[in-house]
Amino acid sequence: MPNRRILGLFKEDEAAANAADALRTAGYTDENMEFLTGSPYPEGAFGEHVPAHKLYVFPLIGAVCGFGTALLITIGTQLGFPLVTGGKPILGIPPMMIIMYEGTMLAAIIFTVIGIIFESRLPRFGVGLYDPRIMEGYVGVLVNCAEERLSWVDTLMRQSGAEDVKVEEPLRR
Amino acid sequence: MQERTAIPDSKINSDLLRGLLGTPMWWWVAVIVLALIVGAGVASVAITFNMGLGLWEIHRPIMWGIMIVNFVFWIGISHAGVMISAILRLSYAEWRRPVTRAAEILTVFSLMIAMVHPLIHAGRPWRLAYWFLPYDFPRGIWPSIRSPAVWDPSAIFTYLTGSSLFVLIALIPDMAVARDRTTGWRHYLYSVASLGFRGTPRQWKLQTIAGILLSGLLLPVFVSVHSIVSWDFATMVSVGGWHATIFAPYFVIGAVLSGVSAVVTVMALMRWLFHWEDYIRPEHFDALGRLLIAIAMGWLFFFVLEFFVAIYTKEPAELALREMQLFQWPYNVLFTIFIFAALIIPVPIWVSRKMRRNITVMFITSILVNVGMWLERFIIIIPSLARKQDLTFVWSTYHPSIFEISIVAASFALVGLLLLLFSKVFPLMPLFEQKEGQRFAAQIRVGRRSIPGVVREE
Repeated sequence: MPNRRILGLFKEDEAAANAADALRTAGYTDENMEFLTGSPYPEGAFGEHVPAHKLYVFPLIGAVCGFGTALLITIGTQLGFPLVTGGKPILGIPPMMIIMYEGTMLAAIIFTVIGIIFESRLPRFGVGLYDPRIMEGYVGVLVNCAEERLSWVDTLMRQSGAEDVKVEEPLRR
Repeated sequence: MQERTAIPDSKINSDLLRGLLGTPMWWWVAVIVLALIVGAGVASVAITFNMGLGLWEIHRPIMWGIMIVNFVFWIGISHAGVMISAILRLSYAEWRRPVTRAAEILTVFSLMIAMVHPLIHAGRPWRLAYWFLPYDFPRGIWPSIRSPAVWDPSAIFTYLTGSSLFVLIALIPDMAVARDRTTGWRHYLYSVASLGFRGTPRQWKLQTIAGILLSGLLLPVFVSVHSIVSWDFATMVSVGGWHATIFAPYFVIGAVLSGVSAVVTVMALMRWLFHWEDYIRPEHFDALGRLLIAIAMGWLFFFVLEFFVAIYTKEPAELALREMQLFQWPYNVLFTIFIFAALIIPVPIWVSRKMRRNITVMFITSILVNVGMWLERFIIIIPSLARKQDLTFVWSTYHPSIFEISIVAASFALVGLLLLLFSKVFPLMPLFEQKEGQRFAAQIRVGRRSIPGVVREE
């Protein structure tokens, strides 16, 4: 039997957390459950565990790339046109530092933004089983369950206080 | 003290998306008026490109007129965004919530406007590529990275890119709200812009970290930008009054003063025009007023220091410049207006809590500060150039032409126009930040009083 998704919409945070607890007791784990909210909640508000991310690696990689590129550009352009000015060395370190600093920061920022999008698992084409009420303050509890358990999960969510329950359309064969 | 009232999420959405989903009459009137002023400025630019810079009143030795004054001014305004947004985010200041988006947007638009000024001032902007792009491969001619004309574009480009990305990342959750509230082509547009955001705990966690991380990365860039702009002047050994070591911090703190004042102006306008009385409250102006006092005092230190160094060292050229700024027509009048508008009038007013909480007073004083700060840049740039040479026959004075004035006026109108157009497509206040503030707020009982408190996650 294929799995299908079912979405319970809760007006109260507490009710959503209770439904999640009941689902965990029934053997569902964070891998089968997702919580959709319209604003940030404290981590673990629904008993969920957010897996670790690697966002902090991205700015570091970006900084190294940016620094290297800026170093190449500043050295390359000065050696490419080696005009001695005022008897000073061809490679002027203070102005190179300015360009290298800006290059480092630029690449670090760009890589950070790429990292945020990547680690947020975006872009996502289509929102799947979803309800606009989530952005209006409802909490959505999205469960991936076997088709024969759909009605059981539906009942559990309603008993826990779900105002509405939506079920994913079955796949057409 | 937080003076919030409990507002449900759906009302926050309706209130803050009002600009997107409806178009009041004042919006059209404002857009048309501002577009006309921008149009006049564009016409002046076109005539200048066609006829040449001879149309302007810049001449030897004053080759930088109000176009460069305005360039420095708009760079200064652009410091509002990151200064306010980043510092308040990093310090978890609760009152940041209605302020951040307007401040960040002001940064992006004022930076874009600032960048245009040197392009126009070049007279032949298509040749500007010679400054900072490799253009002559066969002969091996490359841009000189020793020139501030290369440092400037690199710093401004980094700041503009970073600030724009900062805004775009914070817009993703709000685009999801707009997606859910619209139909037709707008729904499609916001679906693409929201990147399929659904509000999972991971996505929210990354949003929160993004705000902190990007703030941390942008703060040093913001300091570097105005420092580098100040070095356009400070590295010019030949101009007395510019060749000063304090220029970088002096410019940065002056920029923050005018930038934060501009944020106050925009916030007052947002409150009045969009009726966001529940979101932009007197407590926010109170906090900004206190911040402005501290910034103004920091700026005053550098301002006094500049005169102190001139008097202490008794360099004839430096003394002559200060004497000219203070006592010679028309600079003495401009100097008096500047010092009264930027410091003597607003700061004592801000000391009063009652005045800080009066939005009309804050609006007027914030505009006064920026009138003063614009004149400050004029006082720094024009008199220094007017007496650049020792010999009196090359001394000169400067009166801007109608073309320069119309381009400067257009720059102000263009920022207003861009803000209005932005408000039609994107929310001017971050929705999810408001909702988060509501969610984390609680009433704390202390003795016989009930005080609004805020919890936050480390």
